Amino acid sequence: MITKEQVEHIGWLARVNIDEEDASEFASELSTVLDYFGQLDEVDTSDVKPTYHVADIMNVFREDEPRGSLEQDAILANAEEVQDGYIKTPKII
Amino acid sequence: MLDGLSDIKNRIVSSSAEEVVASYLERIEKSNINAFTCIAEDAIEQAKKVDSLDIEGPLAGVPIAIKDNISTKGLSTTCSSAILEGYVPPYDAHVIERLRKAGAVIIGKSNMDEFGMGTSTETSTYGPTLNPWDTERVAGGSSGGSAAAVAAGQVPVSLGSDTGGSVRCPAAFCGAVGLKPTYGAVSRYGLVSYANSLEQIGPLANRVEDVAALMDVIGTYDNRDSTCVKHNAGYTDTLQDGVDGLKIGVPDEYFGEGIDDNVQKLVWDAIGKFEDMGAEYTKVSMPNTPYALAAYYIIAMSEASSNLARFDGTRYGNRSEGENWHMMASKTRQEKFGAEVKRRILLGTYALSAGYHDKYYLKALKVRTLVKQDFERAFEDVDVLMAPTMPTPAFKIGEKMDDPLSLYLSDVNTVPINLAGVPSISVPCGFSEGLPVGLQVIGNYFDEATILKAAHSFEKNTDHHTKLAAEVV
Repeated sequence: MITKEQVEHIGWLARVNIDEEDASEFASELSTVLDYFGQLDEVDTSDVKPTYHVADIMNVFREDEPRGSLEQDAILANAEEVQDGYIKTPKII
Repeated sequence: MLDGLSDIKNRIVSSSAEEVVASYLERIEKSNINAFTCIAEDAIEQAKKVDSLDIEGPLAGVPIAIKDNISTKGLSTTCSSAILEGYVPPYDAHVIERLRKAGAVIIGKSNMDEFGMGTSTETSTYGPTLNPWDTERVAGGSSGGSAAAVAAGQVPVSLGSDTGGSVRCPAAFCGAVGLKPTYGAVSRYGLVSYANSLEQIGPLANRVEDVAALMDVIGTYDNRDSTCVKHNAGYTDTLQDGVDGLKIGVPDEYFGEGIDDNVQKLVWDAIGKFEDMGAEYTKVSMPNTPYALAAYYIIAMSEASSNLARFDGTRYGNRSEGENWHMMASKTRQEKFGAEVKRRILLGTYALSAGYHDKYYLKALKVRTLVKQDFERAFEDVDVLMAPTMPTPAFKIGEKMDDPLSLYLSDVNTVPINLAGVPSISVPCGFSEGLPVGLQVIGNYFDEATILKAAHSFEKNTDHHTKLAAEVV
C-alpha cells in the first residue's frame, strides 16, 4: 500500500507537482498496480542473471572523427525563451 | 478491397503522384475518425516533386502516415502530448530519411496514446481515434491512428512503434497487418523514446507484402543507434515460398484465462488452415508467460521515468510559470502531462528508488531472462509460434479508462515478445460480431522472413483482408 505522502514525495523526486486531490487518487491506483507487481515474488530468480538488453551488443565504437551538428538557430527555434543565443530559464539556484 | 502498393504504383504511372496523393488527402478530409494529429502542408508539393523530377524509388509518390512520436524535420511531432505542442523537430529520424529517399510522400502524423502509453489511443491529448469498423469502439493503441488510417483507406501504409504491442494491437483491432521487428532490426534514431530496451518502429498496411516492402526500405543499419544490429534483410525475397513443412508451436499459456472464446476459435481455425497448407503444429509450453506482464510494466515504467525526464519545458515544448526552475519544471510536468503518463512516471520512479530497486526493477529484469529463455527453448523445436494477438476484439471507448490495471491486462499476449526482443506480426484471421480479430505469428531473432512468409501464405488462402470497414469512404 502506497500512501498519499509517498506519492507526493515520488512526485517531488520525479519533478511532477502533485496536488492533494490527485495524490489521493494516484495513491489508490498505484497501490492496485503495485499489488499486481507483487506477484513476481513467487518466481525463484536466485540463480538468474538480469537481462538489461536483449541484443548481445558490446562496446559499439565509431571512428573518432569530427562531424557536423545541428545549427544553433535550429536548436533555439523550439525554445520558449531565448536571449543572446542562449535558452533562458527562471533562476536555478 | 483497399488498394495495395502495387495498385497505387500503377495509378501513379497512369495518372500522377499528385493526383493519387490528392485523392488520399480528400479521404482524410471527409473522415471523422481522428486518425491524424496533423497533415503535412507540403504533401502535394512532395508529390509534385516526384512527378516533375521523375523521382524513382520503391515508394515513389506513395503517401504514408507517420506515428507522431517519430521525428519529421519541419513537421510537428507531439507524441500526442500537450507538453510537446508546437514542437517542430530540426531533423529527420533514420526511418524518415529512408522513406524520403525511397520517394514516399509523408502525408501527416498519426494519432497515438500520449508518449505511447496506452492500448486504445484514448490517452491522446487530441482525443481518441475511432475504430473504422465501429466508431463507438477504440482503434487500439498506442499506434491507433496509424492502424485506423490504413484500415479506413486514408493511406495505404503507415509507421507505428511497438513497445508492448503498440503496432500489433491496433492492427488486430482495425483488421490491418502490423509487424514488430526484431529488437535492433530498425534504427530508433529519431524515435522519441519511451522504453528504449523494448520499443521498435514497425510498419502497418492492408497487405503482408506491403509491410515487407516497407521493411526493405526502413530496416537498414544505422550507426547513430548503438542498439541497431547489422543483419541481412531481404524481407520480400522469400515471401512467395509456401509453408509446406513449416513447424508451428502453439503456446498453451497464450490461450488462458481472459482470452475470449470466439478469439480462441478463430485462431485455432487459422492454425487448421495452416495444416491444410502443409504446415504442422505442436503444443509448446512457455511457463514464465504469466509473469511477463508485471515484469514488462515495471521495466517500461522505469525506463519511461528516466526517458521522460527531458520534458521539462526548458529547451522545447511549452512551459508553465514558476518562480524558479524547479517550480517551473514541476508545474509544467503537472499541467502538460496526462494522467497515464504521470501514473507511469510515478510508478517508474518508485520502482527505481532506493529500497525498492531490487524488489521491483532488478527482479523484473531477472524474470525477463526467464521469459527470453522460454522463447529460446521453443524455437529449438519449432519455426514459428502462433497465438491470438489480443484477448478480445476492440472494446468500447471509455470502457476501461477508469481502471488502469484492466487496460494493462489487455497486453497479456503481446508484451512477452518485446521482453524477449523477437519479431511478431499480426494478421487478420476473421471477425467476431463484426469486429476484426488478429492472429499473431511470432518468429525467432531476425527471422522476419519466416513470419512474413507464413502471414503472406495465410492471406493468399483466406479473404479476411478483402473485407472493408464501415468507415471506408
